[in-house]
Amino acid sequence: MIENCINFLGVPAIPNLLALGAPSLAHLNPLDITVIAIYFVMVIWIGFYLKSKANTSEEFFMAGREMTAWIAGLSFVSANLGSLELMGWAGSAYQYGILAAHWYWVGAIPAMLFLGMVMMPFYYVCKTHSVPGYLKLRYGQGASIVSAFSFAFMTVLMSGVNMFAMAEVMKVVLGWDLNFSIIVSSLAVAAYVALGGLRSAIFNEVLQFVLIWGGALLVPILGLVEAGGWTGFKAKLAANIAKGATTPGDYTHLWRSMGHFADNPMGIHWTGIVFGLGFAISFGYWTTDFLVVQRVLAANSLRSARMAPVIGSFFKMAVPFIVILPGLLGLVVLQNPDGSLMHLVGQDQVNALHPHSYNEVLPLMLVRYCAPGLLGLGITALIAGFMSGMAGNVSAFSAVWTYDIYQPLINKKAKDEHYVTIGRWATILGVVISIGTAYLVMTAAGIMDYVQALFSFFISPLLGVVLMGMFWKRATKAGGFWGLLTSTLTSIGLWAWVHFYPAALRYVAISPDAKAMAEDMYRALWSVIVSVLVTFVVSLFGTARPVAELNGLVYGATELPAEEPVQFYKNEYFWMVIAIVLFLALNIYFW
Amino acid sequence: MHNSSISIWFFIGVLLTIYGAMILGYGIFEVLTGQTANVILANLHAPIWWGALLLALGVFYGVRFWPRRND
Repeated sequence: MIENCINFLGVPAIPNLLALGAPSLAHLNPLDITVIAIYFVMVIWIGFYLKSKANTSEEFFMAGREMTAWIAGLSFVSANLGSLELMGWAGSAYQYGILAAHWYWVGAIPAMLFLGMVMMPFYYVCKTHSVPGYLKLRYGQGASIVSAFSFAFMTVLMSGVNMFAMAEVMKVVLGWDLNFSIIVSSLAVAAYVALGGLRSAIFNEVLQFVLIWGGALLVPILGLVEAGGWTGFKAKLAANIAKGATTPGDYTHLWRSMGHFADNPMGIHWTGIVFGLGFAISFGYWTTDFLVVQRVLAANSLRSARMAPVIGSFFKMAVPFIVILPGLLGLVVLQNPDGSLMHLVGQDQVNALHPHSYNEVLPLMLVRYCAPGLLGLGITALIAGFMSGMAGNVSAFSAVWTYDIYQPLINKKAKDEHYVTIGRWATILGVVISIGTAYLVMTAAGIMDYVQALFSFFISPLLGVVLMGMFWKRATKAGGFWGLLTSTLTSIGLWAWVHFYPAALRYVAISPDAKAMAEDMYRALWSVIVSVLVTFVVSLFGTARPVAELNGLVYGATELPAEEPVQFYKNEYFWMVIAIVLFLALNIYFW
Repeated sequence: MHNSSISIWFFIGVLLTIYGAMILGYGIFEVLTGQTANVILANLHAPIWWGALLLALGVFYGVRFWPRRND
């Protein structure tokens, strides 16, 4: 759901994507349309095929806990790889350069590895069905209900916002009718998730992941050929900057311009990237957002559950190749019809002279290189990205609604089949609410900014509370509840302070030169700090639960099952070390 | 995942095979007729080698994960 908290995580806001400038960018021929149609047939086929394997609640909500590490790992990354994110970050790369890769590397890899190696054993051993479910086991019903309601509410709301944004993108890129895009895509998602449950969502996410790569990988390959490789690209970019054709800036280094807020176009300091993005936001999202954690909980063993995020981390590290690189290459290869260098601009600057915005860079690159069939595959990749994100939303909503809201508050002792039925209806309800939100946003697009801000209020506070509960035996029920509540209020308060008094940004983001992205990072950091401090202080005044009750929930009170020894290449620690080395190498190479 | 059920890798194999065949077919059509699409680097005939790659991957996964009855 990273694409569902786009603003929060610093991706260009959805309204920017909606204001894509020119009329239809691409024209599909019958071969392209056939490629897209086959994709829809395939996902529905998978849904119907898996219907017979979603009869019990464990099968419907947890995919029977039968997923291999590879499938769970690919699904883990795919649920996050939305098409809006692909297009938004490609646009950011065109605008800000390789700085955008921070969201894929420092803003993801450490957190994914931490989830797999440190946190996953507790989630997995306690056999929880969800993150609110873990809070219930650790802190009791109060914190769980707060978390469940906020997650369920925001998940379907964000799903609708993204549905509308995607329909707008399809309208601009392909000229498709908004209603057609919304109805067709949501019906397909509702069908395959309601039929096959989480297993169907996961299967389709893996399929979509392969399609995203198959459809998008050709663009950077051909782009590099045209630019003369990475060296040729840098030479062309330097020449363009020297002759004033491209805005001056350091487009190819990650950290060199992070010494001061004013030194880079994002207006961010390295402390914001490392502690705000790399810790508060990234750990909050990757380790406590149930949408992604649910995929790993479906793994068939503890080793698979630990290995899945490690496998996912390799693919996450590679995503900039199909997202950031095309955006960068657009700086030197995109040309106007008269052969001059094309200049993409911000939404508010789109005009007859500059008809395309930053966010159109990926579709422009697709159209530039992709012949019939390949273009259809590229468009299918965008649709697949959207559908995987939406399926992730509704399957997570369905599980949280059924297990963490309906079961404890409405019907505690129903038969297992009853909860499966509720889950199927919750899936459909989630899609219906998403459609309603999409049409609501259609009538008042300004709502989207508020919806995205709302989502950001709940992720980082949850991180502090989960970490304290998982690693401190002394944390109490009251500590968890008040920690979650006060840090959420802190996050809302800081947002409102800056919203109504923009000069407050200098205090929230600790510099007068900070820009909006820095605010997101520091706000997240402050809310984690508040949640940890409040949980700590309140817990000191309460009585801790006996250690025996914390088995399976807390570090130091849990006896983890011994793992069978395996060959080194099947060992999760081996691959974790490889991932860390690769992560460091990428950051050093592009320093 | 492989028991008596169809593996996701089989579904992926089927889809890649179909896509690969379609794109490769179009690429061959381009070469035979000389009617290349109006795209940059059309001379590299990306539909041929990209389609062939998808087809090869699709066939591999389709065969490797072909549904088999559990004895």
